[in-house]
Amino acid sequence: MLEEHLRERLRERDILLMTHIVLGYPSFDDSLRVVEAMVEAGVDLMELQIPFSEPIADGPVILRANQESLHAGSRVERCLRFAEDVAGRFDIPFVLMSYYNVLFRRGVDEFVGRMAAAGLRGAIVPDLPPEEGAGYLEAMAKSGLDPIFIFSPRTSDARMAEIARHARGFVYCVARKGVTGAETDFSAELDAYLARCRAATSLPLALGFGVKDQRDVDALRGKADIAVVGTQTIRVMEERGVEAVADFVAGLRGGLEAQAT
Amino acid sequence: MRERGYYGDFGGAYIPEILVPTFDELTEAFAAAQADPDFLREYEALMANYSGRPTPLTYAENLTRHFGGARIYVKREDLNHTGAHKANNVMGQGLLVKRMGKQRVIAETGAGQHGVATATMAARFGLECTVYMGEVDVARQRPNVFWMEQLGAEVVPVTDGTRILKDAINEAFRDWVTNMDTTHYVLGTACGPHPFPAMVTWFQSIVGREARRQVLEEAGRLPKRIYACVGGGSNALGIFSAFLEDAGVELVGVEAGGHGLETGEHAARLASDDASVGVAQGYKTFFLQDADGQMRETHSVAAGLDYVGVSPILSHLRETGRVRFEAATDKQVVDAMTLTLRKEGLIPALESAHAFVRAFEEAPTLSSDDVIVINQSGRGDKDIFTVADALDDPGWREFVRQKAAEYDDA
Repeated sequence: MLEEHLRERLRERDILLMTHIVLGYPSFDDSLRVVEAMVEAGVDLMELQIPFSEPIADGPVILRANQESLHAGSRVERCLRFAEDVAGRFDIPFVLMSYYNVLFRRGVDEFVGRMAAAGLRGAIVPDLPPEEGAGYLEAMAKSGLDPIFIFSPRTSDARMAEIARHARGFVYCVARKGVTGAETDFSAELDAYLARCRAATSLPLALGFGVKDQRDVDALRGKADIAVVGTQTIRVMEERGVEAVADFVAGLRGGLEAQAT
Repeated sequence: MRERGYYGDFGGAYIPEILVPTFDELTEAFAAAQADPDFLREYEALMANYSGRPTPLTYAENLTRHFGGARIYVKREDLNHTGAHKANNVMGQGLLVKRMGKQRVIAETGAGQHGVATATMAARFGLECTVYMGEVDVARQRPNVFWMEQLGAEVVPVTDGTRILKDAINEAFRDWVTNMDTTHYVLGTACGPHPFPAMVTWFQSIVGREARRQVLEEAGRLPKRIYACVGGGSNALGIFSAFLEDAGVELVGVEAGGHGLETGEHAARLASDDASVGVAQGYKTFFLQDADGQMRETHSVAAGLDYVGVSPILSHLRETGRVRFEAATDKQVVDAMTLTLRKEGLIPALESAHAFVRAFEEAPTLSSDDVIVINQSGRGDKDIFTVADALDDPGWREFVRQKAAEYDDA
């Protein structure tokens, strides 16, 4: 299972790195090159986002990537085949990220079955709170996939405990209010929040929203288990091309290795 | 999450985790308001004193004679302040905002009616106001943008997606997940996550309560049929809600048939076979979507009906058979509006004219003992640019050219 895998990696490194891409943006060829570059640069796991026309939890950068991908003709089936391809080819865990309608429209059971067959390890569905997810939770359990749930700074202790009952793999802790891609203040307030998350679950904690450079990753050592870099890699790709992604991710890893040795 | 709000298999609250406490707070404030008779009294007094309620139920004698069938009555939501039923919901949510102690409101708008109503409420209650509006709608409804800005609201054109109503809703949610501590999202229709469908219907039910009383007084009987246009569904649910238990009253919702159902360019979610059940914008209902679950482009001459989803309450009422759904094409709508202008001196909004189309088709098939009610949800004279285009009026075009030339010379 994903949790054991992450624990093993955490014995070698004090913080893991999860990156995020929007499939088919700007093309599936580019998506493949980005995955190669990221794996090469040493990311520990990756989130593959199947684009959706109404991504309400995403900020402008990822929103646009969703739209461009759909505009270029990305279909769900093509995304799943891509996931299957990279999961077979590279030796890191891949998890799916998408909005609930993408699963629902195909039929949750069938979709989850496809995810399992593709070799995906889990899924993040930001508009599916556990209350609405009974069928999804059942299907995920049956297929041996991990439903990854979300904590936010506004989630009460009681609700964190409730979510933790359903969560598997790791918990995605949203660093702040707002959408993906805006600045995050890595402050004492964040420390207190992560301590609350830690108290609510024994699962590894991933921290995302606004993590953009080595300094941010360093700031999370000892507090979170996984740093999630999403929007920033898309910005790097847009500004400096696919080739620049490897250096950018290796730069984040530079900090990781310095600590590990 | 305290409550999820299902109507049969439709509804729910598919919301990002960060908004869960905000929805819990809203659900609680709404329940407290519903349980408090003072709140309803305050609301009704405000609507009477500020908005001109009750709005009349007008007997359309000339149209009745013209069609020679059922007696036609028109519920005059066009006479509500700001020119549409939208104010009923907005003023109610405004009172809730005061109770919750928030200082800022945000809203989405399609045609601009809901945006103008929200900006009006914000001005009256001293709240900051930001309205999100698709770029396409900004272009076709400029006069409403003008008034929102004059009322002190900030209007943000939304340039993502299809740049119409659904995209404005997404953008309002993005604002809300950042600013929920100070801000309330005044959703304009009976859609979205729980408790919005229930709350908006509750505030709009004032239309049905009045109409039921009025039709009994004026016509001495319950109507045979009630017609209402359906975008998100708030005016329809407003008038239908008072008649749900009256088995003899048939309820007819009329959606945007656009260029015709067969062209695929329409916004008929419940009257066509093109929609399927999905989950988007926080709730489960019928959406016009493709096989992958991506939302499709919709079309209507009426911006207020140009929406991919529909109230989960209406989806449920379709499944139970309580409400019948029909569609009216752009062309039929313009003809019905023209006839209503000429025969009665009433100017229904293009949205509302959809309901008139279906009523006019069916009135001649009913007997003169029968009564039908059309909900005129808004007034059309405010949308003079859109209506003039729809009527293809040469005099108006010439006026706009001259006016533009004056601005160029200045």
